Amino acid sequence: MNTLLVNVIGLALLAFVIYWFWLAKPSKGTKAESGKITIKVANGVYSPAVIEAPAGKPISLSFLREDPSPCAQKVVFADLDISEDLPLGKTKTIQLPAQPTGDYRFTCQMQMYQGTLKFI
Amino acid sequence: MNSGKVTTQLNITGAKCAGCVRKIEQALQSVEGVEKASVNFADRTAEVEGSARCELLIAAVEDIGYGASVIEDEGKAQEEREAEEMKYYRKLIRNMWLALGLGIPLMAWGLLGGEMMVQPGSSQIVWLAMGLITLAVMAISGGHFYTGAWKAFKNHSANMDTLIASGTGAAWIYSMAVAAIPGLIPELARHVYFEASAMIIGLINLGLALEIRARGKTSQAIKRLLDLQAKTATVIRDGEDVQISVEKVLKGDLIRVRPGERIAVDGEVTEGKSLLDESMLTGEPIPVEKKAGDQVSAGTINQTGSLVYKAVKVGKDTALAHIIAMVKKAQNAKPPIGRLADSISAVFVPVVLCIAVIAALIWFNIGPEPKIAHMLVAATTVLIIACPCALGLATPMSVMVGVGKAAEAGVLIRNGQALQVSSEITTMVLDKTGTITQGHPSVTEISAVDSLDQTRVLQLAASLEKVSEHPLALAVVEAAKSRKQDILPVSDFDTASGLGVKGVVDTQALLLGNQRWMKQNDINIEEISEAANRMSERGETPLYLAVDGAVAGVIGVADQVKPDSKAAIQRLQSRGIRVIMLTGDIEKTAHAIADQVGVDEVIAEVMPEDKARVIEDLKARTTSGNKANKVGMTGDGINDAPALASADVGFAIGTGTDVAIESADITLMRGSLHGLADAIEVSQATVRNIKQNLFGAFVYNTLGIPIAAGLLYPIFGILMSPVLAGAAMSLSSVTVVSNANRLRLFKTSNQKSATGGQRS
Repeated sequence: MNTLLVNVIGLALLAFVIYWFWLAKPSKGTKAESGKITIKVANGVYSPAVIEAPAGKPISLSFLREDPSPCAQKVVFADLDISEDLPLGKTKTIQLPAQPTGDYRFTCQMQMYQGTLKFI
Repeated sequence: MNSGKVTTQLNITGAKCAGCVRKIEQALQSVEGVEKASVNFADRTAEVEGSARCELLIAAVEDIGYGASVIEDEGKAQEEREAEEMKYYRKLIRNMWLALGLGIPLMAWGLLGGEMMVQPGSSQIVWLAMGLITLAVMAISGGHFYTGAWKAFKNHSANMDTLIASGTGAAWIYSMAVAAIPGLIPELARHVYFEASAMIIGLINLGLALEIRARGKTSQAIKRLLDLQAKTATVIRDGEDVQISVEKVLKGDLIRVRPGERIAVDGEVTEGKSLLDESMLTGEPIPVEKKAGDQVSAGTINQTGSLVYKAVKVGKDTALAHIIAMVKKAQNAKPPIGRLADSISAVFVPVVLCIAVIAALIWFNIGPEPKIAHMLVAATTVLIIACPCALGLATPMSVMVGVGKAAEAGVLIRNGQALQVSSEITTMVLDKTGTITQGHPSVTEISAVDSLDQTRVLQLAASLEKVSEHPLALAVVEAAKSRKQDILPVSDFDTASGLGVKGVVDTQALLLGNQRWMKQNDINIEEISEAANRMSERGETPLYLAVDGAVAGVIGVADQVKPDSKAAIQRLQSRGIRVIMLTGDIEKTAHAIADQVGVDEVIAEVMPEDKARVIEDLKARTTSGNKANKVGMTGDGINDAPALASADVGFAIGTGTDVAIESADITLMRGSLHGLADAIEVSQATVRNIKQNLFGAFVYNTLGIPIAAGLLYPIFGILMSPVLAGAAMSLSSVTVVSNANRLRLFKTSNQKSATGGQRS
């Protein structure tokens, strides 16, 4: 009885991990109103982490870093060949030129902070 | 946390009277979030305190009719960043001592034979109390791991915090359960693991602290460049010398610079004469003389006299600022080789979570007693040992050090792609003029047909070339000037790229150019072919002059080979790179130069517009090993732009100018070809370092995780302890950063032979 119970709990946990981190990942992002949005960098997460913006229009992203750990120091848009230093406690605005439709990932140097910019 | 209160400095333009000051201050103060705003009329800057965004401040000033721009002080930003890091470092060390202060005695107790098993009864109380102390330590020293993990979890994402939090959390919960209700847990499994939670938190804090230390060193190259920037400048305002900080210098300001001082911004000399040391920008060790009308660059040092110069480019627009910006940008670039690691680390943490659960289930179903304890240890160890950071750090750390190293050698690398591909180059195409040779040709011999004399040939040629900008033309004009000949007016001037020029001087129709230009215009050059051949064989370029349809003479123009070209080309060849010389010159001249520098492959008589096609052809061919050819092209960055662009990697040589920086993948600030060899050696060393890091990180994770899960147990009966996993995990990312730092010791083969040092 116990054996069964532990196995069921284990498998349920496994299913939950797969569900939560892959299947249930939100695909809808926060809309960047009028081409501007502020992103908070704290506690290992960009919030919001998924941003939607209209394709073909430039967008300005403001990052406010609150995490002093050096991991959070840089934001890298690998596909766009952009990387910027984020000063602690100050807003840093990054202007992105207009992009075609698609998903553009932005991360910290170590990929622990992860975000997606969706041009739609 | 920081409330976002900052001091912003603005440059104000358009403020003409003291009355404007109040208006601007009021406008700034009316912006939401501004606590204090003060305008300094003397240096036309504003200082704003508060949490308002810069854009809003600028908009407010612009609304009332003035201009404003943010003063960004790179040096100060760097200092602030260092101060922050130091603060964070000290916090991490404090956290570490607190956690280890609990963990080490507990672990020692266990190792020295103390009882770590809990039996129902009085020891329960002691262990419950110990559990609460552990919880407090976990919260104080490692609280950010748990909040980070929770925030990430809510966002459906998982990171390193997730692993640490779930690993240490599981160990603590299990231990608390043992302490609270030992009766419900099988007798053999009544073991507490409080020491593991505390030790892991302590070790990870230590790892992060060591990493910060090591990271600091990776940005030394940038710091050195930032140090080139003068902090203050002596500006002449209203006839008086005022010392102001360099960020406040405005375009058009007159700046006085005394001997020994640095040039603060890019400008043009208006008064005085002096020698300037420009070696930090160009690598050129000999000081350059500057007088009125000459350009001066920020970062260079005034050596002998006093100068006054007008600021032309300030702030972010100076060449030095561009170089710094470019190095910074390239330092964060990702070469393609790092992409795999990126895609792995994106799914790494959830996969590790799954592996931990599966490992626990396997222990439960087929493992020996005490099953539950083994489950916990295996799962915790898997969670703790997995190190996504090492994987994520592998590439960026090496790139950062490598690009910085290159910058120190006067090599500016534009992006990660360029860095990687230049390490794989199999064929290097060198432009002749200005790359292998000095690029400042001079007239060596003039030969005229019998009916004309040499001076007339030179005079006509110089008159025709007066308007041309070709380096050969400059040589001819200079030769005429040095012989004090009058330059005559020219009409109907026309130029045929890569061939020559034509025009009318003194009612005579003139043609000046190479053999093909003569042939195209049906000029018979038989009469002077002997002299022309002699010139070609010496490696000089013969320039034919035709007057009214008949050949009149030939001028030999020679472009001296740079003294170190041969040695640098040998360095390339010794790395197995096939070196090809590409030139628009005729075969004979080209071969003569090629022989001097030890190049045996020459593609001569190539029109400028065909150079790119030649590169394409070379790219299409394969090497002897049947691998794709990676073709590098080195040229001056301006005339060769299309060829540079079509090569796999384009190297612009000898210029720190904006044009070259923009057009080439890699800019060599020195004129010497050694810079090219250095660039290739540094990129090879960097890519090798990245590969070591990636390999190390992959091996660490692919070996570490199965061992942590208990792979060695069936064979050796060993199950790794979570504390050991914590130590391994901390060390792994420190190792990656340290290995990248090893690159700082890298010396080019040239430096090595110069110092006689050993390979680092």
